[in-house]
Amino acid sequence: MAARSASATATRKPASDAPEAPEPLVIGDLTLSSRVLLGTSGYPNPQVMLDAMEASGTELVTVAIRRVNVRDASEESLLGLLQQQGYQLLPNTAGCYTAREAVLVAQLAREALGTDYIKLEVIGDDETLIPDVEQLLKAAKTLVDDGFQVLAYANDDPITCQKLAGMGCAAVMPLGSPIGSGMGLVNPYNLRLIRELVPDTPLLVDAGIGTASDAALAMELGYDGILLNTAVSKAKHPVAMARAIRHAVQAGRLAHAAGRIPRRLYADASSPATGRVGTRSP
Amino acid sequence: MSVSEAEIALILNGDATTLPEGATVADALRAEGLDPNDARGIAVAVNAEVIRKEAWTTTALDAGDDVEIVTASQGG
Repeated sequence: MAARSASATATRKPASDAPEAPEPLVIGDLTLSSRVLLGTSGYPNPQVMLDAMEASGTELVTVAIRRVNVRDASEESLLGLLQQQGYQLLPNTAGCYTAREAVLVAQLAREALGTDYIKLEVIGDDETLIPDVEQLLKAAKTLVDDGFQVLAYANDDPITCQKLAGMGCAAVMPLGSPIGSGMGLVNPYNLRLIRELVPDTPLLVDAGIGTASDAALAMELGYDGILLNTAVSKAKHPVAMARAIRHAVQAGRLAHAAGRIPRRLYADASSPATGRVGTRSP
Repeated sequence: MSVSEAEIALILNGDATTLPEGATVADALRAEGLDPNDARGIAVAVNAEVIRKEAWTTTALDAGDDVEIVTASQGG
């Protein structure tokens, strides 16, 4: 039985209409074969982090920029570990409240890590970590003009996202829900509007992913990728969740390309209505 | 805090400290336990302005300067 199905698979022609070929994610000059961007914070230990990264398939991982602490040797080993494994680093401006702070942190990141890529995060308060739109737009403009490849963490507001794309951000990354909340995509309607208003700039859902289905939904909405951290690092089994996210992103992208059926209120029988057992011809 | 004439008072990564007069950015790195010649992944700002690696040994610090020395850390 097993041998038979194997040979059947081998002789089956590949389906020509299925958009199966994995298309790379292009952000600025960066070409990534994985559409998962993963954070490096909060894992039980460095080995679990590395295993989760591998399981997720990610190639681009985020790091924060913080004051050196020579008493904490883990900082140096983190950088070493990540670069040794061949991961590209995406520094963030987490914790910045003003455009001024965020621009300085981006410049420090460029100097420290030799990358023009920055995940721009300018938050409005500590409780929600929701971006301050005024400061975000100001910082994005300054950084784009200064030659940065800006991946802007944004509110799920279509107009803000449209402005960020319009000013030349390399990617726009609206939140699904607040950072670390695991609430998923609380306003898929807005996320869909953003996709329609921003057709040509890479869009990623950043923040709020709780589990694999959230990642799949983001991709089904036509997003180009996702950025997540807590859903993996704080999962009961981070490596298994990372693997689930990888498959969810692939499945969601395939489903988007395949084209879902329209929703309808009433049932539409799959099996033929004719020839049912026990029925009589009229 | 009394400061002898041969020293300058400044802020290093948020902490008040003193360095010898004429100290450079490279000296500030040493004061933080870092080797300026092997500072992979390190960046420095003085008074909110980034000082490029090439200028660490030639940029003198003044009294009252606010020095930030940063690196990559775990983040999302």
